[in-house]
Amino acid sequence: MLSLLTLADFIFYSFALIVILSACVVVFSKNILYSAFALLFTFFGVAGLYVLLSADFLAITQLLIYVGGILVLILFGVMLTNNVISVDIKSDAIQTLPASIIVAILAGTLCGLMYSTDWLPAKVNISNNISTASEIGKAFITTWLLPFEIASVVLLVALIGAVMIARKK
Amino acid sequence: MTLNVSLEHYLILSAILFSLGLYGVITRRNAIMVLMGIELILNAANINFVAFSKYTAGNIDGQMASIFVIILAACEAAIALAIVLNIYKQFNTVNVDEIASLKD
Repeated sequence: MLSLLTLADFIFYSFALIVILSACVVVFSKNILYSAFALLFTFFGVAGLYVLLSADFLAITQLLIYVGGILVLILFGVMLTNNVISVDIKSDAIQTLPASIIVAILAGTLCGLMYSTDWLPAKVNISNNISTASEIGKAFITTWLLPFEIASVVLLVALIGAVMIARKK
Repeated sequence: MTLNVSLEHYLILSAILFSLGLYGVITRRNAIMVLMGIELILNAANINFVAFSKYTAGNIDGQMASIFVIILAACEAAIALAIVLNIYKQFNTVNVDEIASLKD
Protein backbone atom coordinates (compact mmCIF):
# COMPACT_ATOMS: atom_id res chain seq x y z
CA MET A 1 0.00 0.00 0.00
CA LEU A 2 3.00 2.24 0.41
CA SER A 3 3.50 4.30 -2.66
CA LEU A 4 6.50 6.47 -3.27
CA LEU A 5 6.76 9.64 -1.23
CA THR A 6 6.71 12.75 -3.36
CA LEU A 7 8.50 16.01 -2.72
CA ALA A 8 5.26 17.56 -1.44
CA ASP A 9 5.03 14.84 1.21
CA PHE A 10 8.54 15.54 2.43
CA ILE A 11 7.77 19.27 2.58
CA PHE A 12 4.58 18.54 4.53
CA TYR A 13 6.41 16.37 7.04
CA SER A 14 9.18 18.90 7.57
CA PHE A 15 6.70 21.73 8.10
CA ALA A 16 4.62 19.52 10.40
CA LEU A 17 7.76 18.72 12.40
CA ILE A 18 8.61 22.43 12.68
CA VAL A 19 5.06 23.26 13.81
CA ILE A 20 4.80 20.49 16.41
CA LEU A 21 8.29 20.93 17.86
CA SER A 22 8.06 24.70 18.16
CA ALA A 23 4.55 24.44 19.62
CA CYS A 24 6.01 22.06 22.22
CA VAL A 25 8.68 24.65 23.03
CA VAL A 26 5.95 27.32 23.32
CA VAL A 27 3.95 25.25 25.74
CA PHE A 28 6.66 23.55 27.80
CA SER A 29 9.44 26.16 27.96
CA LYS A 30 9.88 27.77 31.36
CA ASN A 31 11.24 30.99 29.89
CA ILE A 32 8.44 33.12 28.45
CA LEU A 33 10.75 34.84 25.95
CA TYR A 34 11.75 31.46 24.50
CA SER A 35 8.05 30.66 24.19
CA ALA A 36 7.42 33.90 22.32
CA PHE A 37 10.26 33.24 19.89
CA ALA A 38 9.21 29.62 19.37
CA LEU A 39 5.76 30.95 18.47
CA LEU A 40 7.47 32.68 15.52
CA PHE A 41 8.53 29.30 14.11
CA THR A 42 5.06 27.86 14.68
CA PHE A 43 3.51 30.70 12.66
CA PHE A 44 6.10 30.26 9.89
CA GLY A 45 5.42 26.53 9.76
CA VAL A 46 1.67 27.07 9.55
CA ALA A 47 2.25 29.59 6.73
CA GLY A 48 4.26 26.91 4.90
CA LEU A 49 1.37 24.47 5.33
CA TYR A 50 -0.97 27.07 3.81
CA VAL A 51 1.28 27.31 0.76
CA LEU A 52 1.20 23.52 0.50
CA LEU A 53 -2.61 23.67 0.64
CA SER A 54 -2.50 26.11 -2.33
CA ALA A 55 -3.66 29.04 -0.20
CA ASP A 56 -0.96 31.52 -1.12
CA PHE A 57 -2.83 34.69 -0.15
CA LEU A 58 -3.62 33.21 3.26
CA ALA A 59 0.05 32.32 3.80
CA ILE A 60 1.07 35.93 3.16
CA THR A 61 -1.72 37.15 5.42
CA GLN A 62 -0.53 34.77 8.12
CA LEU A 63 3.00 36.15 7.89
CA LEU A 64 1.86 39.78 7.84
CA ILE A 65 -0.71 39.65 10.64
CA TYR A 66 0.58 36.91 12.93
CA VAL A 67 4.33 37.41 12.63
CA GLY A 68 4.25 41.14 11.94
CA GLY A 69 1.39 42.07 14.23
CA ILE A 70 0.32 39.62 16.88
CA LEU A 71 3.78 38.31 17.72
CA VAL A 72 5.16 41.83 18.10
CA LEU A 73 2.21 42.69 20.34
CA ILE A 74 2.89 39.59 22.46
CA LEU A 75 6.58 40.49 22.74
CA PHE A 76 5.57 44.00 23.82
CA GLY A 77 3.32 42.41 26.42
CA VAL A 78 6.17 40.22 27.68
CA MET A 79 8.56 43.17 27.89
CA LEU A 80 6.08 45.49 29.59
CA THR A 81 4.75 43.09 32.21
CA ASN A 82 7.97 41.47 33.37
CA ASN A 83 11.05 42.78 35.01
CA VAL A 84 13.28 42.38 31.95
CA ILE A 85 16.41 43.45 33.80
CA SER A 86 16.32 40.27 35.82
CA VAL A 87 17.45 37.78 33.21
CA ASP A 88 15.19 34.86 34.07
CA ILE A 89 11.63 35.62 33.01
CA LYS A 90 10.03 32.56 34.47
CA SER A 91 6.51 31.38 34.02
CA ASP A 92 5.75 28.25 35.99
CA ALA A 93 2.98 25.76 35.36
CA ILE A 94 0.19 24.65 37.65
CA GLN A 95 -2.12 21.62 37.70
CA THR A 96 0.02 19.79 35.14
CA LEU A 97 -1.19 16.26 35.97
CA PRO A 98 -4.96 16.76 35.53
CA ALA A 99 -4.29 18.94 32.50
CA SER A 100 -2.11 16.32 30.82
CA ILE A 101 -4.70 13.60 31.47
CA ILE A 102 -7.54 15.71 30.04
CA VAL A 103 -5.52 16.87 27.05
CA ALA A 104 -4.23 13.35 26.31
CA ILE A 105 -7.78 11.98 26.31
CA LEU A 106 -8.96 14.86 24.11
CA ALA A 107 -6.06 14.48 21.66
CA GLY A 108 -6.61 10.74 21.41
CA THR A 109 -10.32 11.19 20.77
CA LEU A 110 -9.75 13.90 18.17
CA CYS A 111 -7.07 11.95 16.30
CA GLY A 112 -9.22 8.79 16.38
CA LEU A 113 -12.23 10.68 15.02
CA MET A 114 -10.19 12.41 12.31
CA TYR A 115 -8.67 9.08 11.28
CA SER A 116 -11.80 6.93 11.32
CA THR A 117 -14.25 9.30 9.62
CA ASP A 118 -14.83 8.88 5.89
CA TRP A 119 -14.47 12.42 4.63
CA LEU A 120 -16.22 13.32 1.40
CA PRO A 121 -13.83 13.60 -1.52
CA ALA A 122 -13.61 16.90 -3.35
CA LYS A 123 -16.09 17.46 -6.12
CA VAL A 124 -14.12 20.22 -7.77
CA ASN A 125 -10.47 20.79 -7.17
CA ILE A 126 -9.09 24.26 -6.75
CA SER A 127 -6.84 24.79 -9.70
CA ASN A 128 -3.30 24.70 -8.43
CA ASN A 129 -1.91 27.13 -10.98
CA ILE A 130 -3.64 30.44 -10.49
CA SER A 131 -3.30 32.67 -7.45
CA THR A 132 -6.19 32.65 -5.01
CA ALA A 133 -5.89 36.40 -4.33
CA SER A 134 -8.23 37.45 -7.14
CA GLU A 135 -10.82 34.81 -6.19
CA ILE A 136 -10.69 35.92 -2.56
CA GLY A 137 -11.09 39.54 -3.64
CA LYS A 138 -14.15 38.67 -5.72
CA ALA A 139 -15.64 36.64 -2.87
CA PHE A 140 -15.12 39.55 -0.46
CA ILE A 141 -17.23 41.95 -2.54
CA THR A 142 -19.94 39.44 -3.50
CA THR A 143 -20.93 36.56 -1.21
CA TRP A 144 -18.90 37.65 1.83
CA LEU A 145 -19.70 41.37 1.64
CA LEU A 146 -21.64 41.59 4.92
CA PRO A 147 -19.05 39.73 7.06
CA PHE A 148 -16.37 41.88 5.40
CA GLU A 149 -18.10 45.11 6.45
CA ILE A 150 -18.79 43.76 9.94
CA ALA A 151 -15.11 42.79 10.26
CA SER A 152 -14.09 46.36 9.45
CA VAL A 153 -16.42 47.66 12.17
CA VAL A 154 -15.05 45.07 14.61
CA LEU A 155 -11.48 46.17 13.84
CA LEU A 156 -12.41 49.82 14.45
CA VAL A 157 -14.13 48.97 17.73
CA ALA A 158 -11.16 46.84 18.84
CA LEU A 159 -8.76 49.67 17.98
CA ILE A 160 -10.70 52.28 19.96
CA GLY A 161 -11.36 49.83 22.78
CA ALA A 162 -7.71 48.87 23.14
CA VAL A 163 -6.67 52.52 23.28
CA MET A 164 -9.40 53.31 25.82
CA ILE A 165 -8.42 50.37 28.04
CA ALA A 166 -4.67 50.88 27.89
CA ARG A 167 -4.35 54.67 28.22
CA LYS A 168 -3.47 56.35 31.44
CA LYS A 169 -6.45 57.58 33.45
CA MET B 1 -3.86 5.73 5.71
CA THR B 2 -0.63 5.75 3.76
CA LEU B 3 2.31 8.02 4.28
CA ASN B 4 1.23 10.12 1.31
CA VAL B 5 -0.24 13.38 2.53
CA SER B 6 -4.02 13.47 2.57
CA LEU B 7 -6.75 15.32 4.45
CA GLU B 8 -6.28 13.16 7.55
CA HIS B 9 -2.65 14.23 7.94
CA TYR B 10 -3.63 17.88 8.18
CA LEU B 11 -6.51 17.09 10.54
CA ILE B 12 -4.33 15.05 12.90
CA LEU B 13 -1.62 17.73 12.82
CA SER B 14 -4.16 20.37 13.79
CA ALA B 15 -5.60 18.09 16.50
CA ILE B 16 -2.12 17.84 18.03
CA LEU B 17 -1.61 21.61 17.73
CA PHE B 18 -5.02 22.22 19.34
CA SER B 19 -4.20 19.90 22.24
CA LEU B 20 -0.85 21.60 22.82
CA GLY B 21 -2.55 25.00 22.86
CA LEU B 22 -5.21 23.78 25.27
CA TYR B 23 -2.52 22.36 27.55
CA GLY B 24 -0.80 25.75 27.55
CA VAL B 25 -4.07 27.54 28.36
CA ILE B 26 -4.80 25.20 31.26
CA THR B 27 -1.39 24.94 32.88
CA ARG B 28 0.42 28.24 32.49
CA ARG B 29 0.02 30.92 35.16
CA ASN B 30 1.23 33.87 33.10
CA ALA B 31 -1.66 35.57 31.26
CA ILE B 32 0.51 36.17 28.18
CA MET B 33 1.30 32.46 28.00
CA VAL B 34 -2.44 31.79 28.07
CA LEU B 35 -2.76 34.16 25.10
CA MET B 36 -0.07 32.24 23.21
CA GLY B 37 -2.03 29.03 23.86
CA ILE B 38 -5.12 30.67 22.38
CA GLU B 39 -3.12 31.66 19.29
CA LEU B 40 -2.05 28.02 18.87
CA ILE B 41 -5.68 26.90 19.11
CA LEU B 42 -6.79 29.46 16.51
CA ASN B 43 -4.00 28.35 14.17
CA ALA B 44 -5.12 24.73 14.55
CA ALA B 45 -8.67 25.73 13.60
CA ASN B 46 -7.34 27.65 10.59
CA ILE B 47 -5.38 24.65 9.32
CA ASN B 48 -8.61 22.63 9.48
CA PHE B 49 -10.54 25.27 7.56
CA VAL B 50 -7.97 25.47 4.77
CA ALA B 51 -7.49 21.69 4.59
CA PHE B 52 -11.24 21.10 4.25
CA SER B 53 -11.42 23.90 1.71
CA LYS B 54 -8.89 22.13 -0.49
CA TYR B 55 -9.73 18.46 0.02
CA THR B 56 -13.50 18.38 0.63
CA ALA B 57 -15.27 21.55 -0.49
CA GLY B 58 -13.08 22.35 -3.46
CA ASN B 59 -13.75 26.09 -3.21
CA ILE B 60 -12.29 28.99 -1.28
CA ASP B 61 -15.01 29.35 1.37
CA GLY B 62 -12.77 27.72 3.98
CA GLN B 63 -10.01 30.18 3.20
CA MET B 64 -12.47 33.06 3.63
CA ALA B 65 -13.49 31.72 7.04
CA SER B 66 -9.88 31.47 8.15
CA ILE B 67 -9.20 35.04 6.98
CA PHE B 68 -11.96 36.17 9.34
CA VAL B 69 -10.42 34.04 12.11
CA ILE B 70 -7.11 35.84 11.55
CA ILE B 71 -8.88 39.23 11.69
CA LEU B 72 -10.55 38.31 14.98
CA ALA B 73 -7.26 36.95 16.36
CA ALA B 74 -5.64 40.32 15.71
CA CYS B 75 -8.50 42.13 17.52
CA GLU B 76 -8.34 39.64 20.38
CA ALA B 77 -4.57 40.05 20.82
CA ALA B 78 -4.80 43.85 20.91
CA ILE B 79 -7.67 43.95 23.42
CA ALA B 80 -6.28 41.16 25.59
CA LEU B 81 -2.85 42.76 25.84
CA ALA B 82 -4.41 46.10 26.76
CA ILE B 83 -6.31 44.32 29.54
CA VAL B 84 -3.14 42.48 30.65
CA LEU B 85 -1.23 45.78 30.85
CA ASN B 86 -4.03 47.26 32.95
CA ILE B 87 -4.01 44.23 35.24
CA TYR B 88 -0.25 44.56 35.63
CA LYS B 89 -0.62 48.22 36.60
CA GLN B 90 -3.36 47.33 39.09
CA PHE B 91 -2.04 44.16 40.72
CA ASN B 92 1.67 44.23 39.77
CA THR B 93 1.41 40.65 38.53
CA VAL B 94 0.01 38.88 35.47
CA ASN B 95 -0.42 35.46 37.05
CA VAL B 96 -3.99 34.49 36.38
CA ASP B 97 -4.45 32.56 39.64
CA GLU B 98 -3.52 35.55 41.78
CA ILE B 99 -6.00 37.89 40.13
CA ALA B 100 -9.21 36.90 41.86
CA SER B 101 -10.83 40.17 42.89
CA LEU B 102 -13.10 42.28 40.73
CA LYS B 103 -12.49 45.45 42.79
CA ASP B 104 -9.46 46.58 44.71
